[in-house]
Amino acid sequence: MLQSKSNPTLSKSTGLPRKRFYRARAHSNPLSDSHFPVPVSPSHVDYSLSYPLFFTSSDQADSSRKIKFADIGCGFGGLLISLSTLFPDTLMIGMELRDKVTEYVKERILALRISNHSQYQNISVVRTNSMKYIPNYFEKGQLSKMFFLFPDPHFKEKNHRRRVISMHLLDEYAYVLGIGGIIYTITDVEELGDWMKTCLESHPMFEALAEEELEADPVVKLLSSATEEGQKVARNGGQTFQAVYRRVVPSQ
Amino acid sequence: MEEDKHMEEGETEKGLEVAPAIIASHPTQNSVSVAVGSDLRVFDLRGDCPVNLVDDSGGPMHNDSIRAIRYGASGKRFVSAGDDKLVKIWSAETWHCIHTVNSEKRVTAVAISNDDLYVCFADKFGVVWGVDLHALDDNQTLVNMKPSPMLAHYCSIITSLEFSPDGRFIVSADRDFKIRVTVFPKKPLDGAHEIQSYCLGHTEFVSCVAFLCTLDYPHGLLLSGSGDSTVRLWDISSGSVLDTCEVGAKAGLLESNGSEEDSSTVTDLCVIPGSMFVAVAIQSLQGIMVLSCDISARTLCVAKVVSIPGENFIPTSLGCSSSAELLWIVTGVSNLRGFDYPSLARVRVISGFKKGNPDSSIVLEDNEIPGGEKLLEKLQGTISIEENVFSAAAEAVKTAMSNLLLKKQYPSERREFRKRTRNDRKIKK
Ligand SMILES: C[S@@+](CC[C@H](N)C(=O)[O-])C[C@H]1O[C@@H](n2cnc3c(N)ncnc32)[C@H](O)[C@@H]1O
Repeated sequence: MLQSKSNPTLSKSTGLPRKRFYRARAHSNPLSDSHFPVPVSPSHVDYSLSYPLFFTSSDQADSSRKIKFADIGCGFGGLLISLSTLFPDTLMIGMELRDKVTEYVKERILALRISNHSQYQNISVVRTNSMKYIPNYFEKGQLSKMFFLFPDPHFKEKNHRRRVISMHLLDEYAYVLGIGGIIYTITDVEELGDWMKTCLESHPMFEALAEEELEADPVVKLLSSATEEGQKVARNGGQTFQAVYRRVVPSQ
Repeated sequence: MEEDKHMEEGETEKGLEVAPAIIASHPTQNSVSVAVGSDLRVFDLRGDCPVNLVDDSGGPMHNDSIRAIRYGASGKRFVSAGDDKLVKIWSAETWHCIHTVNSEKRVTAVAISNDDLYVCFADKFGVVWGVDLHALDDNQTLVNMKPSPMLAHYCSIITSLEFSPDGRFIVSADRDFKIRVTVFPKKPLDGAHEIQSYCLGHTEFVSCVAFLCTLDYPHGLLLSGSGDSTVRLWDISSGSVLDTCEVGAKAGLLESNGSEEDSSTVTDLCVIPGSMFVAVAIQSLQGIMVLSCDISARTLCVAKVVSIPGENFIPTSLGCSSSAELLWIVTGVSNLRGFDYPSLARVRVISGFKKGNPDSSIVLEDNEIPGGEKLLEKLQGTISIEENVFSAAAEAVKTAMSNLLLKKQYPSERREFRKRTRNDRKIKK
């Protein structure tokens, strides 16, 4: 077990990290400069640190295995944890800007790995500004799913460029997603929902999933239920607005 | 808020910032242009006379530091742009300003597409805009020449924009360490969404990029210079680095006074067309370094250092024509305070690259430069410059280059103070 006696940030009963020790300010400004390390390129990302069971230093045979899912602005990590057991062989990563929140998710995953032997080895979290450094983490076409769940709304017009979905940032997401890869977005803010949908709809490299496809995809159900933010919205009986799009080859 | 703030603060410091002198040479050496501060100076080498710029575009003349000047590959057009948010498109034949585009933000880099049909410029927020020039040829009214956003580097200042030799890609380099290669689409004003690759490997800002191409390699290989003291060679279709040349180490060895840490920053690159040589300007080097590229082995190595003795001549910008007779070099800054000269620009020329052997290159004396004194008087603003101005300018040159390339660092107390005074940070119970 973890040294829960000596570590007051872990709950005595569950061994899981207690959220109140990891509280941070509500919003981070994604434009401020980095005070965290950034890998020079995707080949510099050290997988053995994030997924030690998949990449033991002695066994590098698995080096062809790459991260496939990215949860952007993962917050407290609820989605990763749900996806982990649903896709046990898929490597996934959460990207989070807030330091304390990232630390919380790290502890949470470590604790889960310990209490559920051999599970949760495929998920990890990294502190970074996804709006600047996605190309440093993923190669062209590497990802098959990207998640943007309940992103910060940045209401003011002059702050729209801080939104994590925009025409320009979709270019980068289209670059790291393989053909057929899926981008999942959801929000409880109607205006932001419209914005994300409009951006995706106007982008030549994305196409909406059909209704049947949405129903058949087990991941879609998690969008509103798996994350802390989603659960909060559900508790308050709030409406949600989702947009799920597939990466396609641009026509012409 | 740091980056956001300083970008906005920057807007108010109009005219106070010191800008390095920049130079460009016409592709077939019909003319040479120098910009220092808001002053654009052109010398007509064909006609052997200074050029009088005529502006009938109805827009204002430049009134703040010019940050980028470029000739189009065909030699028909020229663009100048900078801190005054004006992008001026000139005829490089008549030197009339054909059109003035207003940018919302200061402009940091410009490029003209190989077919002369588009001008692209990058603004302080990292957005690259496209302007359609079809209307210029058709003599249509220029109403639809408003710039459209094409692509963006998220809040990183773009230092260099280049079209690939085959015109298929536009390359943008930034003050973080990124080089982005984007497919230049058929309808660029609808956005350039398809990223071909990222060339990642530099560990400091990328200051300059240039293509090297030959008849055998028409797609060309990309070269980039950086604050990490290296010049790198890239395959843009995959984004992979082919070779890395540590120019810092070499420059340090050669420079007796190169003791400072930042002294081997690469500030500019210029491929000598039709040759395998690349001229490199380095922050501490009085002269240039010549690299030689073996295109089939895909390697890059130092061939020679050409020093420019006396004068404290550290180049701020390089230019070369595709006829490649001469390498044009300038050093200088705008706003030299406390001197008789409001600004400094000194032009030197290196000749002899055509021979294919860098050893045959020589620094021309002033009277050997085409255009001679007339040219120097136009481009420098004066024929001769006193020694003490150079030593005074050396510091200013350095400051101007670092302001251009380095991000502003905020003292940590100020950052902490800002954090503490944020409302949303106050502990919620
Ligand atoms: C409202 S929360 C939603 C968290 C989580 N997805 C959920 O549904 O519970 C948005 C999260 O995005 C993070 N974030 C905002 N901008 C970011 C950026 N540029 N890079 C990484 N994370 C970012 C914030 O720190 C915050 O944790």
